[in-house]
Amino acid sequence: MGGMWHLSSELAGSGMSAPRTVTIQSLDPRINRLRIPAELPEFTPKPMLDEWEPYEVFWKEKPGDQPVHVGTVRAPNPEMALVLAKEGYCRRGKTYTIWIVRTADIYTFSPDDTDIFATVPEKTYREPDAYKVVQKILRLKRQQQRERSSEEGE
Amino acid sequence: MYGNLSIVEPLNTEEREDPERVAEFEERIARGEKIEPGDWMPREYRRQVLRMVEQHAHSEIIGALPEGTWITRAPGFKRKLALMAKVQDEVGHAQLLYSAAETLGKPREQMINDLLSGKAKYSNVFNYPALTWADTAIIAWLIDAAAIINQTLNSKGSYGPYARALERICKEEAFHLKYGYDNVVTLASGTKRQRQMLQEALNRWWKPIMHFFGPPDSMSVHSEKLLRWKVKMASNDEMRQMFLDAYVPKIWELGLTIPDPKLRKNPETGKWEYSDPDWDEFWRVINGNGPCNRERLAVRRTADELGAWVRRALLKPNGRYVAPLF
Repeated sequence: MGGMWHLSSELAGSGMSAPRTVTIQSLDPRINRLRIPAELPEFTPKPMLDEWEPYEVFWKEKPGDQPVHVGTVRAPNPEMALVLAKEGYCRRGKTYTIWIVRTADIYTFSPDDTDIFATVPEKTYREPDAYKVVQKILRLKRQQQRERSSEEGE
Repeated sequence: MYGNLSIVEPLNTEEREDPERVAEFEERIARGEKIEPGDWMPREYRRQVLRMVEQHAHSEIIGALPEGTWITRAPGFKRKLALMAKVQDEVGHAQLLYSAAETLGKPREQMINDLLSGKAKYSNVFNYPALTWADTAIIAWLIDAAAIINQTLNSKGSYGPYARALERICKEEAFHLKYGYDNVVTLASGTKRQRQMLQEALNRWWKPIMHFFGPPDSMSVHSEKLLRWKVKMASNDEMRQMFLDAYVPKIWELGLTIPDPKLRKNPETGKWEYSDPDWDEFWRVINGNGPCNRERLAVRRTADELGAWVRRALLKPNGRYVAPLF
């Protein structure tokens, strides 16, 4: 790799007595303190659920706001989910509060079934605009006038 | 973006997609609609978006390491606080992105296994060390600037969960960029030694920065379809040009020299010309032979192993895997 990515030994200066196993030599003192073996043991994959289960995060900017779904965290329990959601989703700007809900507890439609809402806009008889009352009143008034004038003529 | 197709399921080219559904899908994208997790999508789209989001998640979590190097020795308490906040932001971004990636059907545990076993790739720049405090300043300014160009473009991309995660991420990255710039300007206006430290850091980081957007368009495959699907919003070379346009003048303004004698903007084409940034080195490093590949992986694995007992102790016996909603 060439020499440019190494500091001279004088600057790097570890000064520690050499440990028995060869450890990773890092520029980061926190990593050196861990004494990580340079030769990694064989990797054992982590099992499922090692990262816990997901919780959905709902956020309110100010009191009275409806909570808005902003994303997900993984946590072992609701208390941790709340802490992690605060760290992940409320890092900047204003927040009034957040709600968290276990994803598994959310019961919703399958994406394939969301067309059950397709006919809602078609049911216009449930909309105020579907009722043309003013026209009917005008017609009624014309009818009343006709009836009155025919009475007067008798 | 580059690499990582090995960690997503291979595509069975024998199985053809329904051309009608593909056409409908492409029309939706052309209309500017977002594709959501439950929507039908071509298998190749799912594979490519997963590859990209997963690689981005890994890059955030590994990206916290080079800068973290200087937390214990940051010059002054304010800079230490800011650096810790930045590193925390990066780790938070990884969490957001793993959640977005999971909606495409790959559990988070599998993604982390692929990272820890060395199978998955992450952004190549993080395989280089932050030798001095000036290196962290250059990373925070220029690497984050490059990342913001990429992420701002991709936040207009077609996959809803990724686009939304990027919008959030970009807001936080704006602080990283300004913080990095502030540190660079402080060093640039400091003593002769500080200026020299900054110049040397820039010299070291210039090649990795040129590598950041991935191999040149002439070397990269399947770009056309990814652009049409709005998985990518600009080609690697286009993004590199945007970066050079925005930042070369700012670097020169500080009295710094860019270590490439051929770098210049061609007044006729309006394009930047530069020396070959050594793509052989790029491939060498990405394939595991960079100055820090081993350390990055070892540290990540150790951190994961040290936390394992806590995670196991908190695990509920009746837990089951659920993909996040988004």
